[in-house]
Amino acid sequence: MTVSSTAAPAVDLTGLTVRFQSKRTQTVAVDDVTMRVAPGEFVTIVGPSGCGKSTLLKIVAGLVAPTSGTVSLMGRPVTGAQKEIGYVFQRAALLDWRGVRKNILLQAEIRGMDRRQAARRADELIGLTGLTGFEDALPHELSGGMQQRVALCRALLHQPSVLLMDEPFGALDALTREQLNAELNRIWRETGTTILLVTHSIAEAVFLGTRVEVMSPRPGRIVRTIDVDLPAERDYAKVMSDQRFDRFATEIRGLLGAGANH
Amino acid sequence: MHDGSASGSTVGGAAARAAGQPTPALRTPAQPLTRLVRFGDALWRPALLLGIVFAGWWALSETGAVPHYLVPTPAQVWQTMVDKRAFLWLNTYVTLYETVIGFVLAVLLGLVTAVLIAYSRTMERALYPIVLFAQVIPKIAIAPLLIVWFGFGLAPKIILAVLIAFFPVVISGVAGLRSTDPELVDLSRTMGASPWQTFRKIRFPNALPHLMAGVKVAVTLAVVGAVVGEFVGANEGLGYVLLLANGNLDSALLFADLFLMSLIGIVLFAIVEVTEAVLIPWHASRRSGTPLTTS
Repeated sequence: MTVSSTAAPAVDLTGLTVRFQSKRTQTVAVDDVTMRVAPGEFVTIVGPSGCGKSTLLKIVAGLVAPTSGTVSLMGRPVTGAQKEIGYVFQRAALLDWRGVRKNILLQAEIRGMDRRQAARRADELIGLTGLTGFEDALPHELSGGMQQRVALCRALLHQPSVLLMDEPFGALDALTREQLNAELNRIWRETGTTILLVTHSIAEAVFLGTRVEVMSPRPGRIVRTIDVDLPAERDYAKVMSDQRFDRFATEIRGLLGAGANH
Repeated sequence: MHDGSASGSTVGGAAARAAGQPTPALRTPAQPLTRLVRFGDALWRPALLLGIVFAGWWALSETGAVPHYLVPTPAQVWQTMVDKRAFLWLNTYVTLYETVIGFVLAVLLGLVTAVLIAYSRTMERALYPIVLFAQVIPKIAIAPLLIVWFGFGLAPKIILAVLIAFFPVVISGVAGLRSTDPELVDLSRTMGASPWQTFRKIRFPNALPHLMAGVKVAVTLAVVGAVVGEFVGANEGLGYVLLLANGNLDSALLFADLFLMSLIGIVLFAIVEVTEAVLIPWHASRRSGTPLTTS
């Protein structure tokens, strides 16, 4: 990148406030959020439903403009839709008429990436996410977990500086979710991508994050930042039985009250 | 006898689904034999019903219960079709030509209108009232005016076919284009997609299943439009032949003519169905089979 990696944070939010104006009422979705994400970090944002955490990701992506405050991505201010990010939503949002590989390559087609290079990269990602053998399967032939893997590959194809994930495993069953959490940890370690992930699962937030930002119910504020001092490589069984995990989870649950699950 | 042409395939499709649901074996894809079985399964019910109607007609007319000038016998109708095949073919060709041109124009025009409406609020406000007006005005009432304006030739018939077939294309096109997953639109923005790329790669293919539903309705309506045009003023075409046969109390010719009109509708409908199967094999309404994985 043009900016030296030591200087600029990957994501820099300062004094961010978002108000939505409807006919009579004014809703404060996000209230004075300041947050920095260093390159290579895996930051998770946990909070109850409707606390504005999804809005936060959209602001980073440049899809929503904040009412006040500043946003910058890789040292440059965010003014419109950002191209150097990858985005994964709760629903896989795949094109029903395209097979797995062609769904991943949509990213390359629209960006006008080199075809052969993109195809090679797609095959790498297919291997990395365990989709080998399903290259030509259509989305409706895949389970929810597999579909979400395809969405992840698509988001990683262009090697984005920052990967934004909006409750990516929220619609999956618990077992698939654990499995994909472990895989995401491995993919993060192998690719070194900066990840900003939003979730309402405390376990997921602690298991994945090197840092957890805890948000309050609307208006969304960051009520605490927790550094998760667990090793980068995380094994599900080991982490779950680790006393530190319990401590973090209990702390977050206390902050969120009854508003969150797990 | 083929009045049910518009709903014919849905009836068949429903029969196939109803029959396919309880027996999972029929739902697995690809085997030619199963496909044949499924096809036969979908066909026998409408075929049986048609057979009963035909037998009733035959019994009623052949026994003389109803005079022949009201209901001709199947043999008389067949004889007329054979005797007047050149005359009938010529007029079928004219109606077919008007219908197809009208239908194609209606689809193109409808699609462009749908895109304008789906993409622009201003265009929506400007166009919707006109589209609606063109739909609610009785076509039969403006047919004489069109004859006055455009003469006895093909033009007024084609215009009527367009007017009557255009509406379902617009409505289904707008519904289809608006059904795009907003997350996909967000995603395309983060990819830096141009509006044309988003349309071509995401919104249009996504709209196709909706659109094809409207196109299927449109193709059956286009026949109606062409025939209505011929009713009001023509010297060729199946609508003209119908008036001729009616004036001469030639019920056999009238029945033959009705049969050919229905045939045009059914053949065109079948062509659209096949096109749909080729264009959107991925859509839920067209696929069978189960997920490859469960995890």
